[in-house]
This record gives sequence, C-alpha cells and structure tokens, in this order.
Amino acid sequence: MTKQLIMGNEAIGLGAICAGVQVVTGYPGTPSTEVLESVAKHNPGDIYVEWSVNEKTALEIAAGAAYAGARVMVTMKQVGLNVASDPLMSLSYVGVKGGMVILVADDPGPISSQTEQDTRTFGAYSKLPVFDPSSPEEAFAMVGDAFALSEKYGTPVILRPTTRICHAYATIAVPETRESRVPEGFVKDSRWVIFPKLSYAAHKRIEERNRELRHTLSASAYNTYTSGKGRKGIACGGVSYAYVKEALSILGAEVPLLKVGIPHPFPEDTAMELLADTDEILVCEELDGVIEKELFALLGQKQLCRVIRGKTDGTTPSAGENTVNGLMDIIAEYLGIAKPSQPVRKAPPALPVRPPVLCAGCPHRASFYAVKQAMKGRKAVFAGDIGCYTLGNAMPLDMTDTCLCMGAGITVAQGISRVQPDTVCFSFTGDSTFYHTGLPNLANAVYNNANMVAVILDNSTTAMTGHQPNPNTGKNVMGEVAAKIDIEGALRGIGITDIAVVNPLDQDAAVKAVQHAADHEGVSAIIFRAPCIALFKPEKLCAVDTAKCIGCRKCLRELGCPGLIKDGKKVRIDTGLCYGCGLCIGICPVSAIQYEA
Amino acid sequence: MLNILLCGVGGQGTVLASKILAKSAIRQGKTAHTAETIGMAQRGGSVTSHVRIGEAAYSPLIPLGRADVLIAFEPAEAVRNLPYLKDGGTAIVSNTAVKPVTDALSTTDYSGDAMFAYLRDENIRLIEVDGEELIRICGSAKVLNMALLGAAAASGEMNITTDDLCEIIRTTLPEKFHTMNLQAVELGARSVR
Repeated sequence: MTKQLIMGNEAIGLGAICAGVQVVTGYPGTPSTEVLESVAKHNPGDIYVEWSVNEKTALEIAAGAAYAGARVMVTMKQVGLNVASDPLMSLSYVGVKGGMVILVADDPGPISSQTEQDTRTFGAYSKLPVFDPSSPEEAFAMVGDAFALSEKYGTPVILRPTTRICHAYATIAVPETRESRVPEGFVKDSRWVIFPKLSYAAHKRIEERNRELRHTLSASAYNTYTSGKGRKGIACGGVSYAYVKEALSILGAEVPLLKVGIPHPFPEDTAMELLADTDEILVCEELDGVIEKELFALLGQKQLCRVIRGKTDGTTPSAGENTVNGLMDIIAEYLGIAKPSQPVRKAPPALPVRPPVLCAGCPHRASFYAVKQAMKGRKAVFAGDIGCYTLGNAMPLDMTDTCLCMGAGITVAQGISRVQPDTVCFSFTGDSTFYHTGLPNLANAVYNNANMVAVILDNSTTAMTGHQPNPNTGKNVMGEVAAKIDIEGALRGIGITDIAVVNPLDQDAAVKAVQHAADHEGVSAIIFRAPCIALFKPEKLCAVDTAKCIGCRKCLRELGCPGLIKDGKKVRIDTGLCYGCGLCIGICPVSAIQYEA
Repeated sequence: MLNILLCGVGGQGTVLASKILAKSAIRQGKTAHTAETIGMAQRGGSVTSHVRIGEAAYSPLIPLGRADVLIAFEPAEAVRNLPYLKDGGTAIVSNTAVKPVTDALSTTDYSGDAMFAYLRDENIRLIEVDGEELIRICGSAKVLNMALLGAAAASGEMNITTDDLCEIIRTTLPEKFHTMNLQAVELGARSVR
C-alpha cells in the first residue's frame, strides 16, 4: 500500500473497486468522465464496465444489475442526471438489493457545463442520501460507506463531488484488498414492479427512513462539529469546507464550525450542536443554499432565533465558484477582523485573450465553412448541440445560433422551421450525441414531416470529453471489438431517403451536398465524415510561400484556425499545430498556401 | 508548506512538470496536492497547475498572494497569474510567447517584451529563461518543461535539486529522450545567475 498521487475521480474509481463494485455504467461528461475510465483502467478483470449511449440507459442497466444483487456504480455529470431523472425518481421508490452509488459530478462556475444546478437539491427532491466530499481523500473514503448505506437501506445513494474535487490530485494510499461479494441473483418478487399501491407504501417508508437518517447520520464521521471561540459560527460543506479551513488558518481565527459531508438527509443533531453554541451563523456553500435552508427550517422547527448569513441575505455570492480569497474576505468582515495584506502590484499591460477554439485541422471547421459558403445570401438558422462543435459559434465561423442540451439541435431546428417556413433550418449533431438523444429526435422529424437539414458531424469519437468510444467507433471501453452501428443505415432505417456522406475537407463536394439538401423538401441528412485530429498523425503540412502571399489575410479572417499565425504583414503556418487539412489552401486567392514539398 | 504555480498555454507541458514536482515530493516522504485546468480550456487556452507540498494545504488551489514560486511557460500567462505570487516570490518566466487566434484577427500585435518590462518592475525575483533559444538548441519544444524545472531547481527555492531532476529523467523517461532532456535541465539551470 504505497502512497500515490491520484486524481479525485481516479480515487473514486479505485474506491469503487476496493468496495467490490461489479457493474459500472455511465455517460462521459466533464468533470465526471475519469471515474468510469479509472475503473476500466484498473479493472482486475471481473468488473463489467460500459459507456452507455446515455445516462438514462446507464442508470437502468445498473438498476437491473442491482436488482440481481450486484454492487453497481453509475457515473455522469449534473446535466446527465436530468436525462436519468425518469428512472431515478422511480428507482428511489422501488429500491435496490445490491448497493448502488450514483456518481454525479457538479460543476460550480460553471467551468464546462450548461447549468449550475445542484445535485444536493436533486437528492432531496428524489429523497436519496447524498454524500458531498470536501477533498479527493474524503471522496475515496466515502465510496465504501456509500455502498454500505445503500445496502443497509436498499436505496440508491448519490456521491456528488464538484469539479475541484474531481480534478484535484492528492497523496492517497490505496489498499490492495477488495471486498469480495457473490450476488444472490434476481429473485422474482412483486417489489420490482412499480404500481400506485406499492408507491404509496414506499413513499411512506422513505419519509420515515429519511427522518431516522437525520439522527443516524449525525453520528457519521463526515458530519462534524468543532467548537471554537465566540458566538459566531460557520456552516459549510464540499470543497467550501477546504476553503473555509484554509481561510481560517490564514486569518488565525477559530470559530464554531459545522461541516456537512452528507447534506441529505440533513444531520439535524450535529447542526443543533452548532446552533447551541452560536447566535449567528455564516453559511459557505456553492450552488444552492442547501445547508442554509436546512438551518432555517431547523430554527423554525425548534423555535430558535439565530441570524443566518448566506445566499438569502446576499452575504455570500448566489452564483459561481467559491475561492479561498472570496470566502476569506467575507469571513474577515463577518468576524470583524482585518483581512491579510495582499501584494500591491501595478496595473498589468493588456493581456491576450485565449478563448477555447476548434483545433487546427479540426474537420468541424471545414463542415461549418462548407455550410456557410453554401448558404451565402440565403436565410438559414444553424442549431448546434453539445460537443467540441459548440465552438463553431466563435468568430469568424459564427455558425452556431442555438445550443440547449444533448440532442436538442435537431428538435430546435424543427421548432424554428414551424414558425419560419422560409428559412433553411440546419441542425449539427456529433456522432456520440446522435446516439445519445439525436436518434429519437430525428425519428420525430420524419414522422411529423419536418423540413430541415440534419448535419451529422462524424469524427468517429467522443472528442470533447477525451475520446471515449461510442456506438460509432467499433470498440468499447473494455478495449473489445464492438458492433459499429452505421449512422447512414440508422438514418435510412427511420425513413430518411435524402442522405449524403461527404468528407468535409473536400469543400467542393461538401458545398454541393449542402446546396442540394437545402433545396430538398422534407428531412435530408448530410454525414460529414472525417476523423478527429487526435486520432491520427499528420502526413503532410501546409506552408505559406511568402513571396506569393499578398497579406490579404483572408485565411485568418475566414477560418479562425490557430495554426495560421500573423507574421508582420503576411501569414505563416505554425508547423507544431498544422494537421495539413488543406482548408486554407483552397481559400487563398493567390495560391500562396500549398502542401510542403 | 511550499506553493508552486505553473502556468502557460494548453499543450506546452505544464501538467507533466507539475506531476514531476509532486511525485518527487512524495518520494521524499512529503504530502503533495495538485490541481489543474482540464476540459474545454485545454487546447490553446490559458492553463494553470497548482502544486502544494506539505501537510497544511486544505484548498486544492493556492490562494492569491501565497505562491512561493511561479513557473511560467509563456510571458503573458506570467503576468496574468502574478497575483498568485507572494511579495518577493520567485518567478521563472520563459520568453516563448504564444499568440492566440484572437490576436490573428486583431489589428494589434502581442509580443512578450511588454510583459517582461512589466515583470522587471515588480517586487519579485525574476528569472528570465530564453526558451526560444533553448528549443532551438535542443531541437524540440517538448523540452521546455524540463528547462523551466531546471531553472526552478537552480533557483534554490524548491524542494528539488537539478540532480533530483536528472535522476527522474533517467528513471522515468525512455532512454532515447535522456540526452535532450538532461541538456534542457542544464541549459535551464544556467538561466539562474
């Protein structure tokens, strides 16, 4: 058992292996992805691991395995839980036999997400216990306890780290032992069939259990109260606990401190210890005011009078991430002590802005550019989706008019075309998103006689989250050869007849295909097929003949390729970034860009 | 407690450098924490790696004004992250400026010179590393991280010596990369006067 530097997500994956997990399913999403990947990487050989096509599918498969008595883990990001919420709500009532831990990573900021939703709130809504780790070390320890709690009460349990826990590395000693379990197997019983009568009984039982857990979990090592000086206390949880501890140590302050590691069901008795010692409480947490509202409710229930500072009165920020410095300023003011001095610096010079962009050579750039060229002078709307290609919204491409959630490009395009029949409505969907929720949305388009162009950006991988295999890649996460589900065949199967398969780097063919599809009445589809640059090494690079370059900068203005660099009045190509896609060769009006000899 | 902030542009090798620092600390029996930028901002975006060595670290990220050492792979990123460095702290900065796509589209030019002019005027110990020249000598941009670690080790502000670095290279990298990386450490260390 040697100490190693381990990422929070990897620690959670290893924690699941140590706890004897037998089935792990999930759908990739930052910041959760590395959990399932770690289980696959360290798989002793007897754990079934899969990337499912979406989160609902993943949760249902895990539910079946847990019905049969296996320990299971399901992984997703917070918005993935929205997709899985249908099975989740019912599963809360039905319950499980084998332990089930649902790993849902939240993303305060948000750093790479659509929403700042709080899975602790989702846990309370679905009535499930929620563990909220404050460090990678604690996340590792929590996995085994979450499984034990799940099995003791026959309920799924949510483990909810946030980005800073998921992606932080800590020094952790991982035991080499594993809990050994033999699943009982599926035992037929009416309890597995959800019916109104059963749901009523289950609802009653769940509420009673959660009332009991408010006391039982107060004894958990993850919910702690430490007394301090004065009558002003602090309540916190998750990574904010780490920030508060650091801020207090810098400020040299010792205050009554409540740490909530299991926010639902709320550890009432532990919180009462804090309330007994204080007149005023500052609540430090990210996203929703979960601990804060529980404290308000507890004060009402116990008929106590305390001042609560937090999100409700505007003492702490209502959105975004917490930081040590942000909380330190708030705590210093709250306690009436001086803030530590910071280095005084002069105003810095203007800094270059570095927004994320499509990589040099990315085939999505060519796809967007072809559609843009083909639709010049025509009224068109471009409904985008979730993936690297959301970056198609950036200047100068400016080819993503909407982005809502997974699969919604296809359906938003349908909705707009119902109101604006004179507009050509495009959707852009990546291959993984196509299988996630795109397919039923396209079936809807065909069934309801929509008039739209569905563009499928097939780069043969799930690029955004780090190249996970999907039904289009012919491989699975266990490294086995898997069925490669042909996108064109799937489109034909749901009744689309006007389908073009084009390499977007062949711009002439791509533009023609778009023009044809735009004029076609009904649903037409274009599959732009070219591999993600991360999947191959470039064979030839582009080069600028500076004698020929007239410095018109059309290539810079039109493409926004990071491989094209402004060099005085002219342009040069960064050979470290160029992938030789050749898109710029076709754009140069004086043929100054060619492949290197 | 030693706080080291590494910063640069996605793809420059900051992550590997932070891992080397953390792993060498663990080998010395110390506790290490790191945290870095992952995800959408990775390619071509500003990236940071926070390395915290010692037991007293609670937060995964270094608070502002608390970094002992700043290792910058890019001059503008050094300026952007300077608020993390404590007064009198050590900044090791490479002159390898990376122009963003926004620069290609704008009418102004970004160069590292204005950044160094600003840094030279601040209350810090500035160690300038000629990364451009070093890459030319070694023949690969991949050695920049070893060169900067070499400079950081030679500064005496770290828990790691140039000998430790050479040992890590010999024990963890494939043999064909040894000469190039050992040379980078040596050249980087020479930046410290």
